Amino acid sequence: MLLALLALALIAFVLAAPIAYRRAARWRAARAPRRPAGPGELDMDLYDPGRERRAEQRARELLRSCVNEEEWGMYRDLGFIRVAGRHARRELDRDRGIRPAYAYLVYPHKPIVAYVPESGQLLSEYCVEFPDLTGNGGRHRLPASDDVLAKWMALTSDEDRVIRRANMHLVGRQLDPARVRRDLWRLAEWERRRGNREHAQQSQR
Amino acid sequence: MKPGHGEVLLAEGDPRVREDEERLVEEFRRQLDEGMWAAVPVRNPGSGRREARMVKQYGDIPPDSERVIFFPRASGG
Repeated sequence: MLLALLALALIAFVLAAPIAYRRAARWRAARAPRRPAGPGELDMDLYDPGRERRAEQRARELLRSCVNEEEWGMYRDLGFIRVAGRHARRELDRDRGIRPAYAYLVYPHKPIVAYVPESGQLLSEYCVEFPDLTGNGGRHRLPASDDVLAKWMALTSDEDRVIRRANMHLVGRQLDPARVRRDLWRLAEWERRRGNREHAQQSQR
Repeated sequence: MKPGHGEVLLAEGDPRVREDEERLVEEFRRQLDEGMWAAVPVRNPGSGRREARMVKQYGDIPPDSERVIFFPRASGG
């Protein structure tokens, strides 16, 4: 009889041992003090919510230091820059003075729009981007003002190359033509007001 | 210009000092080898307007330039 009881106790102990071990491990883990992660233990890149804002502020300063005063004012007030096209279609175009035969509207992270300043006719949109070449994975973009500056530098230095590399479409594929026309109207108003202001300043001198 | 970061200072120095120039040349070549485009903001002597000039060799940089801006090359979006 005693032997049978001892055998039953031994079997119960063997069956209960794993459960008791798991409970004890959980209890120890719950009571262990929390310590900060050491160097190398957390290889996750923490998100810095201010990084993009700071990058955009630096990009605006860089853009301002590179483009003409008129172009900076345009970007600050309207959100895009106009860049004159370099090519003349025919000899007549060469005598247009300051008004080019065609021009581009440069938006941040949107296609470049070619149009005729004289008539306001929209010609085409050129989809172009400046992708991350470092191969670090992820798909980062330039800050908005850097994107505008990159397009401005590419267009003013080597218009043919950037246009060759871009994907050309009729206006309307990514940009709403009505919105672009409204932007042209805003630009005309902006230039009119700016011209009036400059005229007034000259009169005061 | 670095996607995700914006403007990053890569190297600076006086190109008239030999050690500085070697460092600037090395960085210039490294950027171009990585596929970046390099441009220098200049003022057009004719119109007086600002524009950029693309440079493909260190020797193409105008001597009075204050900076060279590297940016990712354009591709169809």
